[in-house]
Amino acid sequence: MPLALRVAQSLSEAAGILAADPRTRLLSGGTLVMRDVNEGRLTDGTLLRITDPAFRQMQVSGNRIELGAGVTMAAILANRELAFLHAPARAVGGPAIRNMATIGGNLFAETPYGDFTVALLALDAQVMVLAGYGSARAMPLEEFLAGRARGEARLVAGIQLNRPQNAADFRFLKVSRVKPKGLSVLSIATHLPGSSSRIGQARVAYGAMGPVPMRARGVERALESKALDAGAIAAARAAALEGVAPATDAIATDWYRREVLPVHLVRLLGERA
Amino acid sequence: MAKVPVQFRLNGSDRAAFADPADNLLTVLRRGLNDFGPKYGCGQGTCGTCSVLIDGELRLSCLTLAAACEGASIETVSGMADGPNLHPLQNAFMEHFAAQCGFCTPGMLTAAKALLDRNPNPSREEVIDAIAGNICRCTGYEPIIQAILSAARGMPAQRRS
Repeated sequence: MPLALRVAQSLSEAAGILAADPRTRLLSGGTLVMRDVNEGRLTDGTLLRITDPAFRQMQVSGNRIELGAGVTMAAILANRELAFLHAPARAVGGPAIRNMATIGGNLFAETPYGDFTVALLALDAQVMVLAGYGSARAMPLEEFLAGRARGEARLVAGIQLNRPQNAADFRFLKVSRVKPKGLSVLSIATHLPGSSSRIGQARVAYGAMGPVPMRARGVERALESKALDAGAIAAARAAALEGVAPATDAIATDWYRREVLPVHLVRLLGERA
Repeated sequence: MAKVPVQFRLNGSDRAAFADPADNLLTVLRRGLNDFGPKYGCGQGTCGTCSVLIDGELRLSCLTLAAACEGASIETVSGMADGPNLHPLQNAFMEHFAAQCGFCTPGMLTAAKALLDRNPNPSREEVIDAIAGNICRCTGYEPIIQAILSAARGMPAQRRS
């Protein structure tokens, strides 16, 4: 039975279709799903497109930002109000991929992809999910990723996050061997409110250091309530590898990723010290 | 499985084809409409040789669902020349030896056109970023970068689009 195609006019209609048939795959930008089709991993079931304009809406004025799951990396890069997200958006593929790849797709991208999600994790983003029963509900991104790691399927309507009060408090770094576009050896995002004096609510996230993007809780503890000085950075380095479980793939071995992570973390933190 | 009809403008002409529901645009262009300009390289979004412009935006046709292109305006490398007159980018690629085996060339030209359409005077860094999604295994990229910069310098404004 070859692949079928359905088009949903609304998010609620899409949620119903997904709930009724577990073999349905949502097609957003296409960069992940069409790859599976081309490589023969996806040969039967149904592809689902969503034409609901809400899927691509952006609310970017004010401190609370809402982005539809169908918003592309290029749309983020074209919006000056989202300048703090430009570095992680630019880290996704080349120009053609950025015109296609969406926030929603990135939330499901398997390691070593998914660098944009690492930035969202450090920014404490909430994921608006529909599960086929009722309206969207907000879920912390970390909880969403834990569910994804368990194989839970969800329909993401969009994300919500607060704009960093000080743009300098948020930093993002993608380490790749090919410039300017290459797969991640790893990526790091830090959001350290108050980093010019005393850090409160430190958030540090890694990509490609586990099956899904992860919080670096050891580093967060090391930085909490500290000034970002040499001592705090040394403590962060000592805690850098807590909880990591990187994979060996075509880009790097798990050993290499462990070796270089503390080096890049220190460099990223040192940029603001 | 029933075929789905798809209609769009291809290089300025209205075209129609029947596609399998999950067909990518590249398959429809090459097998359905005999446009062999865009190439099938990796099928996973890495090489860029299938690049096309959809409503003026650079996209990868191997990762684009054909059925989603209904009503769109699609430009491929096959439509760059004006009859016997090559596009300035095509001339610049010849003059700078920017094509060797030629397999990446359709994607490189399309990515370069997407850049010059919105930024007629790009910097070297902007050119490098514009072709970051296109792999060339022959030239080492430098002749391609020089060709694009040369075309940008030499193109009269009316030929840039």
